[in-house]
Amino acid sequence: MSIDTPLPVLKPADFASDQDVRWCPGCGDYSILAQMKKVLPTLGVPRENIVFISGIGCSSRFPYYMNTYGMHSIHGRAPAVASGLKTVRPDLQVWVITGDGDGLSIGGNHLMHCIRRNMDLNIVLFNNRIYGLTKGQYSPTSPLGKKTKSTPMGSVDNPLHPLSIAIGCEATFVARSIDTNIKHLAETFKRSAAHSGSAFIEVYQNCNIFNDGAWEYAKNRETKADTTLELEHGKPLIFGKNRDKGIRLNGLEPEVVELGKGITEDDLLFHDERSPEPSLAYLLSRMRYEDGFPEPIGVFRSVDAPRYDELVNDQIEEATKQKGKGDIDALFSSGDTWTVN
Amino acid sequence: MATSTPSKPVANLEEATVRFCGDSGDGMQLAGTQFTNASALLGNDVATFPDFPAEIRAPRGTKAGVSGFQIHFSSNEIYTPGDTVDALVAMNPAALVTNISELRDGGILLVNKDAFDKKGLELAGCDSNPLEDDSLSKYKVHSVEMTKITRRAVEDCGLTQKEADRCRNFFAMGLVFWLYDRSLDPTLRFIEKKFGSKFPTVAQANTKALKAGYNYGETVEAINTQYQVAPAALEPGTYRNIMGNIALSWGLVAAGQLSNKRLFLGAYPITPASTILEELANHKNFDVVTFQAEDEIAAMTATIGAAFAGAMSVTASSGPGVALKGEGLGLAVITELPMIIINVQRGGPSTGLPTKTEQSDLHQAMFGRNGECPMPVIAARSPGDSFDVAQEAWRLAVRYMTPVMLLTDGYIANGSEPWRIPRFADLPKIPVEHPTEISNGDGFDPYERDERLSRPWALPGTPGLEHRLGGLEKQNVTGNVSYDPENHEHMCRLRAEKVAKIADDIPLQELDGPESGELLVLSWGGPFGSCATAVHQAQAAGKSVSHCHLRYLNPFPRNLGEILTRFEKVLIPELNLGQLRMIIRSEFLIDAIGLNKIQGKPFSVSEIVEKINELT
Repeated sequence: MSIDTPLPVLKPADFASDQDVRWCPGCGDYSILAQMKKVLPTLGVPRENIVFISGIGCSSRFPYYMNTYGMHSIHGRAPAVASGLKTVRPDLQVWVITGDGDGLSIGGNHLMHCIRRNMDLNIVLFNNRIYGLTKGQYSPTSPLGKKTKSTPMGSVDNPLHPLSIAIGCEATFVARSIDTNIKHLAETFKRSAAHSGSAFIEVYQNCNIFNDGAWEYAKNRETKADTTLELEHGKPLIFGKNRDKGIRLNGLEPEVVELGKGITEDDLLFHDERSPEPSLAYLLSRMRYEDGFPEPIGVFRSVDAPRYDELVNDQIEEATKQKGKGDIDALFSSGDTWTVN
Repeated sequence: MATSTPSKPVANLEEATVRFCGDSGDGMQLAGTQFTNASALLGNDVATFPDFPAEIRAPRGTKAGVSGFQIHFSSNEIYTPGDTVDALVAMNPAALVTNISELRDGGILLVNKDAFDKKGLELAGCDSNPLEDDSLSKYKVHSVEMTKITRRAVEDCGLTQKEADRCRNFFAMGLVFWLYDRSLDPTLRFIEKKFGSKFPTVAQANTKALKAGYNYGETVEAINTQYQVAPAALEPGTYRNIMGNIALSWGLVAAGQLSNKRLFLGAYPITPASTILEELANHKNFDVVTFQAEDEIAAMTATIGAAFAGAMSVTASSGPGVALKGEGLGLAVITELPMIIINVQRGGPSTGLPTKTEQSDLHQAMFGRNGECPMPVIAARSPGDSFDVAQEAWRLAVRYMTPVMLLTDGYIANGSEPWRIPRFADLPKIPVEHPTEISNGDGFDPYERDERLSRPWALPGTPGLEHRLGGLEKQNVTGNVSYDPENHEHMCRLRAEKVAKIADDIPLQELDGPESGELLVLSWGGPFGSCATAVHQAQAAGKSVSHCHLRYLNPFPRNLGEILTRFEKVLIPELNLGQLRMIIRSEFLIDAIGLNKIQGKPFSVSEIVEKINELT
């Protein structure tokens, strides 16, 4: 983006609206909000050119707390609202804030289509694996057997996994981060903002009221080195407190191996976020804690592809070049006409 | 205006109605459209009624697959596609059986004799061949071997028999063109343009078939009279023939240009609204963005996003689609963003009669949302009127910062009529303002209101005016989320008052006929033409009857209530079970009488005349 005058230097506080934040004390959303406010002043985008669009749910209150343009829309529809906005105003930087219920249940269709169109949006999905705002029913990411108010005998709904969905739609940028891993989260937001096209970020977010500890394994200082794996482009997949474990491909299946005893780094799967083929990224998205795998965090995929919003505007430019700027009188008189005197 | 030297006796008619009907694959819509264009170019006033099944190709030869196109053309001003048919073209037995009741006694029947074989008769459920029994004796029947003659006419074009048979509609057209003395030129131009460069053999074959039909009329002795319908004395100007959905689309394009706005259409394909999406997609060089969304909800909410972004934002659908948009409409109302929601009504409920017309979504337009959710509602009355209504919808939307519901119907959308082409310079501009800075120096108030109760339309990208909209109730003036009970009631009343105040900004209701009397016919939407014609006939017969046609359904024009009181009776003909009548009764406490029809078909003039006669 080119700008003529130097930007005033803004601070995180400049991005805070005058509204009281009304999430429950201890909610993971606070940390995500704080990182967003920290990152935005570093992007070189004027505040007035930033728009936050959300749906319904706890996470979707986000736009009210940002001193940017924003809309708290209706349940599940934020990607569609944002698509209309971005298509007519490609000059704006648009963030979509959604949750596991909003984005994957009621709004699953819009999420899928906006990603496959590669609409230039930054989509942040707060995944707390529960319906918080409606006080504790299970969500489409709640694990099987999860007991909630609406599943007293345990959920029998097979959950879906946000990144697998995004990669299935061939998202051009896919990442995962964790609410309490603030440096990583901020870095992920920066990478997303720099990406041209649909950027999809899943944030493991703790709902301390209705699903406290859902991501404990991935956040706990004692366990997280063994239960998560930080992806780095071009590097082998290594994890563990002592960085002595890795992921190796056995045919089409990933397996956890211990380094040493004849297994070297070169035997491991190397991460390639720029691979045009999404299969490896999909495979990473299927590595789950409950199956004995560390869950990858970081950027799964980052590739270039044509953007819907750009192509639409290119076509308008092209049509104008070919036909000339629209002339109403010429349009109305095209084809067969007759004159009455 | 003769287009050829008559070789047979010529009869002059004031008007005539022709209907082409055949299998859905027989090209009857094309035949009708071409005949319409030729008649319009000759200077007749025309009104059309395409009538086709929901299935693209129902089983061939069956009654379910019959597609028809009716054209009424006249040397006078006309408003309807005609009650009864003077000449019927039936390409097969099923078409004959399903349409013959529309043909007047003594009318001309042109049939494709070759289609009346055993199989064709069976498919149409005929026990005997109507061409051979005396069931058609009250008509002037011309049984023509259209298939055989067409095959002979195109035999040197190198087509397969199947391809040759596809030229039959051009033969039928040629014959009817001769019968009513229309020029072949516009259709020859059409053939050249459509097939000339890409499929020269098809162009050649269609041309031959068309001319063969024309020559058949001229030479065959059995057809002994040619008819002429002189040009109508329309208002001076340059005219074209236009379909409702095209006029509506052009009205939107014009409104975009008149307000210096990028036009955004968010839509999901649905009959009978899809042609709006298709038409606008062709006009990108007018800065038109069309977004074919993944569903109706996305079409609606993308339209809201585009409105927030500052575009002239429109969504177009039909009843089932508008039902899905309902929650989005509420968001549009509470965020007070300007946009247009078009409902090209069709038969309901549910999927209903997708290709047939109805006016049964008026209550949906007025009330089909949760909460107190008022929205202006306006309706087009004819194909050409759709052009004006589109601009009026946008004028109201931006002046009052509100979504506007625009109703048309399948009859208006697919029908066509001559349209006097306006000059762009003569169309009224639609001014739009956006704030560029804070007015009171103390932070931007997105819900501050002007004398119309309209709030400012501040666009993303404007420094200092950053604000948040949303579906939660807003504090008046500041636009902050508010759960305050008093504020909520205030906002509900305010949104209602804002819409009601539009009555100050719309023309007073006009009346066609005496200022008072025995009966007032009150209509809205598609039945305009039938009602106007019926009232004129009744007036000519000395009845005390006047006609009001409503464009504005919410709010009503200021003087409507007063007009209603000046008549002893009020009759409301509607293609529903009485939706406007219910609103008129509750609003004005007047015991209006309904004439209600819900058959997927427009009113005939005679149905309305009959009711007028019953009441006066």
